[in-house]
Amino acid sequence: MVTTEAPARPGTRPPRASVSAPGARAPRTPRPGGVAGAVLVNAALVVASVYFLLPIAWVLIAATKSPGDLYSTFGLWFSDSPQAWENLVALFTQDGGAFSIWILNSILYSGVGALVATVISAGAGYAFAKYDFPAKEALFWTILGGVLVPATVIALPLYFLLNAVGLTGSYWSVLLPCMVSPFGVYLARIHANASVPDEVIEAARIDGAGDLRIFGSIATRMMTPAIVTIFLFQFVTIWNNYLLPLVMLNDPKRFPITLGLTLWNSQTQRDPAFTTLVVTGSAVSVILLVVLMVSLQRFWKADLTAGATKG
Amino acid sequence: MTASTLTPVRRSRSRPPAALWVLLVPFLVMFALFFVAPIVFAVVDSLFAQKSSGLGLTAPTREFVFMDNYVAALSSPAFLASLGRLVAFSAIEVPLMVVTALALALLLGAAAARFPRLFRVTYFMPYGVPGVIAALLWGFLYIPATSPVLQLLGAVGIHANPLSSDAVLFAIANIALWGFAGYNMLILIAALDAIPSDLYEAARLDGAGEWRVIWHIKLPLIRPSIVLITLFTIIGTLQLFVEPLVLRPLTTAISSDYTPNLAAYNQAFTQGNPNLAAAMAVIVALLAFAFSALFLRIVNRKGNRAW
Repeated sequence: MVTTEAPARPGTRPPRASVSAPGARAPRTPRPGGVAGAVLVNAALVVASVYFLLPIAWVLIAATKSPGDLYSTFGLWFSDSPQAWENLVALFTQDGGAFSIWILNSILYSGVGALVATVISAGAGYAFAKYDFPAKEALFWTILGGVLVPATVIALPLYFLLNAVGLTGSYWSVLLPCMVSPFGVYLARIHANASVPDEVIEAARIDGAGDLRIFGSIATRMMTPAIVTIFLFQFVTIWNNYLLPLVMLNDPKRFPITLGLTLWNSQTQRDPAFTTLVVTGSAVSVILLVVLMVSLQRFWKADLTAGATKG
Repeated sequence: MTASTLTPVRRSRSRPPAALWVLLVPFLVMFALFFVAPIVFAVVDSLFAQKSSGLGLTAPTREFVFMDNYVAALSSPAFLASLGRLVAFSAIEVPLMVVTALALALLLGAAAARFPRLFRVTYFMPYGVPGVIAALLWGFLYIPATSPVLQLLGAVGIHANPLSSDAVLFAIANIALWGFAGYNMLILIAALDAIPSDLYEAARLDGAGEWRVIWHIKLPLIRPSIVLITLFTIIGTLQLFVEPLVLRPLTTAISSDYTPNLAAYNQAFTQGNPNLAAAMAVIVALLAFAFSALFLRIVNRKGNRAW
């Protein structure tokens, strides 16, 4: 975490961190049973991480095995003749390099979709937080109701709608629907309420700044943690999406990774070599996302507006 | 922008400025096109049917049949069975998910927890694994030929088959739990982090132990977030589609209309009956609304604070 704010804002600081924070009270004396409790807590944490890491460890190990070894060696240890490189070469050369195209497509869908979704939901959320207009609450609750609508209810009719205007099968058929994030509007509204004080807006107005400029250069800066959160969650949501591309796309050149891997998976019964491709492809895509999530982890909690509200 | 500097303070309270529309309209247009329109389309479409003449020589005509598609869906034993399966799945998955996410969040918040940030990112990692890939991976872990877990269990004489018809619903629930528990945990951790630490200090000065702090401070204060993740999990479970689709080739326990969404997908794309599919999708949406409303009613009932 990169918070650097003074300890004057207890609400934003995780309670466990405050124990050792400067200015905190002296560490409390351990109670009887504290040691056993500590062992239990940490044992539970370790057991939980074994559970969450199990499939990831399995696929990373399995990706180094030949098709034969996949079934004949113990799943959580390497075989005597690892062939990770051969598997990777096969993965990236199969079907004319289809896998690389799927990765790029996934990045395109998730990156562009999440970017646009973030911009328009941040604007809308800010508008809901800071302006009064007719039917505001009714409109907001309608949008919020959108969070409750199962995605499948949208995807099937959307196919028939986009089919009518000839968009199905195109990049747009997946990109456009991904640019709507009702949950993003909700997050942006509560964060604009909490982190953009009316006084700052009034002061900027008195200084002659226009409303759009106030939003673009002042409010968005104060809302940065919320904006990053909206982007990340929308990115992952689109990356993980399966039904929408499944319904919309039929040309494998436009598939995202999820759809591509299931395409190969459906061919494993015809040709067992595809099993290795699916396993290696899964491993590569898991690594991609794990790298993304771990490297961006600090942004989820980074309190970048700390201090901005105090001036 | 015509920034009128004469009445800067009152502007937000009187006539909405033009900037409001610049901020609001892009989202509203997209929301209307890709969210509202499909729902309206589905509802309208579910009231019609394609009627072809007996020989199929002329193009089929679209006829208003009102509730016929709903009657057809709800009188189909297979569809009713899939609805029942979905309710059973929700009954397994929702409590499992909420309790797990809550336990993880509280464990990570415990003073004794070592390396909380490392564990937090570990639990959250599966959220980045697409549901399809998660289902593929767990599929390998559910088959004795490739599963180290089943092999180890087999070595001590326990022969489990997660893909048998008795267990497969739990096997699917496990995949969803694995993927989303960390995400829900993160929402709860954010709520826990927002609790002012003076409250803990005060409670501890009064001699309250860790359990009492959890019971009397943490749980009541993060109640809205618990309600939120429960709601999301209810909606999520009713969308069940990907996991059974991926596991289907591995077991005979999963039929082509195992869940309502699978049934609707098949009706739309393999049976060529989009109208019936629309009716099925609307039924799932109504079910989601009914469950959400029921849940909110129960938690918001006056005096229902007995945690």
